[in-house]
Amino acid sequence: MNALLAASANAAGSPQDAPLVVIDCKLDRIFYGDFLAVRDSHVPIEKGRITGFIGPSGCGKSTVLRSLNRMNDLVRGFRFDGHVRFHGQNVYASDVDPVVVRRYIGMVFQQPNPFAMSIYDNVAFGLRLNRFKGDMDEKVEHALRRAALWDEVKDKLKNSGLSLSGGQQQRLCIARAIATEPSVVLMDEPCSALDPIATRKIEELMLELKQKYTIALVTHNMQQATRVADRTAFFSVDISKGGRTGYLVELGDTKQIFEDPKEELTKQYISGEFS
Amino acid sequence: MKMFEAAQSSESVSGPPSRIDYVVDRTFRGLAKLGAWMILAIVAALVLEVGRKAVPAITEYHLGFLTSTTWDANKDQFGILPEIWGTLYSSLLALIIGGFFGVIMAIFLTQDFLPPRLASIFRTIVELLAAIPSVVYGLWGIFVVIPAIRPVADWLHETLGWLPFFGTTLSGPGMLPAALVLAIMVLPTIAAVSQDALRLVPFRIKEAAYGLGATRWEAILKVMLPTASTGIFGALVLGFGRALGETMALAMLVGNSNQISLSLFAPANTLAALLALNFPEAGETEVKVLMYAALVLMLITLAVNVAGTAIMTMTTQQWVKRK
Repeated sequence: MNALLAASANAAGSPQDAPLVVIDCKLDRIFYGDFLAVRDSHVPIEKGRITGFIGPSGCGKSTVLRSLNRMNDLVRGFRFDGHVRFHGQNVYASDVDPVVVRRYIGMVFQQPNPFAMSIYDNVAFGLRLNRFKGDMDEKVEHALRRAALWDEVKDKLKNSGLSLSGGQQQRLCIARAIATEPSVVLMDEPCSALDPIATRKIEELMLELKQKYTIALVTHNMQQATRVADRTAFFSVDISKGGRTGYLVELGDTKQIFEDPKEELTKQYISGEFS
Repeated sequence: MKMFEAAQSSESVSGPPSRIDYVVDRTFRGLAKLGAWMILAIVAALVLEVGRKAVPAITEYHLGFLTSTTWDANKDQFGILPEIWGTLYSSLLALIIGGFFGVIMAIFLTQDFLPPRLASIFRTIVELLAAIPSVVYGLWGIFVVIPAIRPVADWLHETLGWLPFFGTTLSGPGMLPAALVLAIMVLPTIAAVSQDALRLVPFRIKEAAYGLGATRWEAILKVMLPTASTGIFGALVLGFGRALGETMALAMLVGNSNQISLSLFAPANTLAALLALNFPEAGETEVKVLMYAALVLMLITLAVNVAGTAIMTMTTQQWVKRK
């Protein structure tokens, strides 16, 4: 666990020109019970960039994302071959507590999921978990400002997080995730439940956040990937052997994936031949 | 019933419901309404009838009945303060013990501590506790619980006897054995309803907690329990209501002694036990007085349930405005 800490500290001072791989994820096979969900997916997540995961439904992009901070541990029957290294440290090593991994790799989910407590307490939740002793009010305000929510909620911090609109709830969840300043933020289709205006705000927020955090973003919306992602990973589903196994088809700079895809399947997908 | 004739054609299968369909529909609605009103009518009839039979005693003993402590049928002196005290004290103890273990059990059975099949076996066993007749609980209390707790009770009285809770010796039946057995009796209700409440917490809320790096206990204590708190509170109210009205096991275990004592080892009495034990041999006056006592018991139970529901709606409205 200390290795994680040390690795995290070292990474801060590394040069920006050679992109540093924060999470090296090589997932040869992911199983849920006997079901082979994902195969052959090697996605390095680079520091200070947004890596977009695109692909049709069931292609395993969320599964890959959730493997990065061990959220799949909550799913019964999950196992995999391969490795996930966070700053060189294997996050699935037997002496690594998944709780510690999740404190450095935060997550925003598809459905806004604020807790049934006040807006303030929602944002302070992670800070309190980490036994933060400093100025709580300032941290909460800072996180809410970064999540572009402060002006809308500053007069009603005591109200329930559930009293906000869907888009506000999602920004509250982002504020909650970034309040503790994790090194990486995973976003699993954060805009799929939101209207275009809220989506726009959250996309602006992601571009703003990547100055400070590394982001991995699963999106069902190709245009969203072109708007925000620096790197794009295209996944597809292999139904050849009777199952539905997702795999990585192509990974590259977003511009290259959308303008000059190397794989035929990628070309078909981005031109809208299937979705 | 001639309507939309323009839409009718020789091939069309569409048509209005028949006269019989309407009759069946109306009959069913009527029966449902009758059933709903019946519940109210039965409750009202019960309260009114008991109230009516209690009127002579109410006019004779007034509210002094509630604060007087003697029960002597020969001298026509009646008071139920010890019974009110015993009912509330035993139920509260049962609620504390049974509530604690019931909620713990609900957490244990819903938060992935056990493989699903084993959890469902455990759940069934806990629910089976509710199927045991209360007279069996009473016998078990007399022959198992009392002998088992006697050494502990004696030791507590000797070493901590200055505390009012341990102020007397355990002579046999008494408050503690009654409360322990009562706790086991309310446990299945509390565990089952709390489990439902915990299961109703959406998986995404749990994910959010774990995603922030909460440990399992942090997720349970800081997120799952508060989110399910309304339902768990409801479980406790239900359990308390059941404890207030429980009769047979208490009549066998509580000691049926008209005294007010904080001591866990002293014999006491409850309203339900008083009613059950005194009715068979009651004379004309005593029956009227017992009706008064029954009315008081009903009102206490009613008040607890109304207060519980009120608190639940208030806390729900505060947090779950949009859902």
